[in-house]
Amino acid sequence: MWPAVALSLELATVTTFLLLLLGVPLAWVLARANGFLGEAVAALVALPIVLPPTVIGFYLLLLLGPHGPIAPLLGLRTLAFSFTGLVIGSVIYSLPFMVQPVRNAFRGLGPAPWEAALTLRASPLDAFFSVALPLAQGGILTGIILSFAHTLGEFGVVLMLGGDIPGRTEVLSIVIFNDVDNLQWGEAGALAAGMAGFSFLAVLVMFLAEKRMARLRA
Amino acid sequence: MIEAMFAGTLGQFSLDVALELPGTGVTGLFGPSGCGKTTLLRCLAGLTRLPGGFLRVGDDVWQDGQRFVPPHKRQIGYVFQDSRLFAHLSVLQNLRFGLLRSSEKHMLRSGEKHMLRSGAKHIAEADVIGMLGLEPFLARYPAKLSGGERQRVAIGRALLAQPRLMLLDEPLAAIDRAAAHEILPKLRDIAVMFGVPVIHVAHDMAELERIADFLVLMRQDGRIAATGPLGAMLTDLSLPLALRQEAAVVLGLTAGDYDEAYGLTLCNGPGLSVTVPARLGVGEKIRLRIRASDVSLARERPAGSSILNILPARIVEVQIGEGAHINLVLGVGEGERLLCAITRKSWDVLGLRLGDEVFAQVKAVALAAR
Repeated sequence: MWPAVALSLELATVTTFLLLLLGVPLAWVLARANGFLGEAVAALVALPIVLPPTVIGFYLLLLLGPHGPIAPLLGLRTLAFSFTGLVIGSVIYSLPFMVQPVRNAFRGLGPAPWEAALTLRASPLDAFFSVALPLAQGGILTGIILSFAHTLGEFGVVLMLGGDIPGRTEVLSIVIFNDVDNLQWGEAGALAAGMAGFSFLAVLVMFLAEKRMARLRA
Repeated sequence: MIEAMFAGTLGQFSLDVALELPGTGVTGLFGPSGCGKTTLLRCLAGLTRLPGGFLRVGDDVWQDGQRFVPPHKRQIGYVFQDSRLFAHLSVLQNLRFGLLRSSEKHMLRSGEKHMLRSGAKHIAEADVIGMLGLEPFLARYPAKLSGGERQRVAIGRALLAQPRLMLLDEPLAAIDRAAAHEILPKLRDIAVMFGVPVIHVAHDMAELERIADFLVLMRQDGRIAATGPLGAMLTDLSLPLALRQEAAVVLGLTAGDYDEAYGLTLCNGPGLSVTVPARLGVGEKIRLRIRASDVSLARERPAGSSILNILPARIVEVQIGEGAHINLVLGVGEGERLLCAITRKSWDVLGLRLGDEVFAQVKAVALAAR
């Protein structure tokens, strides 16, 4: 049970970190794009929200597996059934949970603070880091919490892409599934309760933080 | 000297202007709402790009056929109507935002040595904080400020970015009258104390009468109706300004002796003296506003009048229409002008003619600026 907890936490942490690096700039670009192309990319990013995880897992397996195009490029036999594969899958699976709130936060700012920064000698890059990013911190915090919690509870994609290798790809939700399969209701119950409790706390923290920030800005 | 040419359509606004503006003092940009005043200001700042435009400020070309200097490389100070303070920064941090980025060190590091204001005096933080009275709330965050306070911080923040040109987009339109009244003279101080030319967009002519030196009058269709020094524009009978209900002129005078017993100060201008009901320091420069409707005419110097200010005048311009009133321009002192609105009947009864010597009785004067 504990190796799975550690693995899930590690996966969620690495994924969330990568999503910050990747998702925030992407959200910025999508927040400012108002053409058809922008919306099309945004829709593609949002796809994991509505697509069954097994479908995503299936395509990722084709993409990252031994016959896919990615692994040979990296000189590997396969990316499937590895931690790296899980990270790639999780990043794609949780991408909308980072991009949506951050994009909305950037959109909510509008051009006003951005223009003000430019008239005060800030270069676009400077204005992004010193004005846009801090002002969108509420959305970024929401993105971090949602991505982390969402990755922690991942099941379908992991099962498709990672299989069920204890210590390597066997994450929390898979342990719960196996426990129930083996009629080990005690451990399943403890893990499920832990997940439910953690998720509740995460979302509660998110709501409280949002409320606090709204009050500060009012 | 600022030279600007912009023509084009942006959304629902069209703009077609060619301007030469003085490189000192306060220039007022006045026109009906939706005429493109803000668009013009944004073009000057580089926030809006109109292809084919031209802009030269002093010796620097900021836009022409090939070149477009982006806003962050223009030495401007821009004050928005909605202040746009950074909510995550304290007042002091807001004030220092542009200051840090216009410092010599920053410019050298980012390879923008040419942007240093050669020969220009550094605008010091303490001076700006003092002028705008920002000391009490330096540690506060924008959310805890009133509208007027926010606008004062925004003005200070723009000024500390060491601009060569201040662009003010109706900075007083969204705040209460009392606060606006207090801030208005500070806008003039930007030009007078810190030597930075100001372009001030306003939809309230009374604001411009108090602080402007030069006026640009825009039309509804985004074209320029007229430009010129404030005095000449206010007394130009071919412009709508002189025909308004509240048409007025402003006179620049110097305060003389104060009459303690009656609370009156005698103020002097070129070839004329006006008694002002206020206590003013000797030598103080003031701006007096005299409304056309407060000026009446007499053939002979009236005896036994309660009116204190009776000035010898000459009718230098007249516009007679079909209406009950006619508008006159009077020459007083040495080259100063007053507006006067009288009834057409009075004009006929007194048998007045263009060029006649008359007496202008000024019923009321208002201290517009000091």
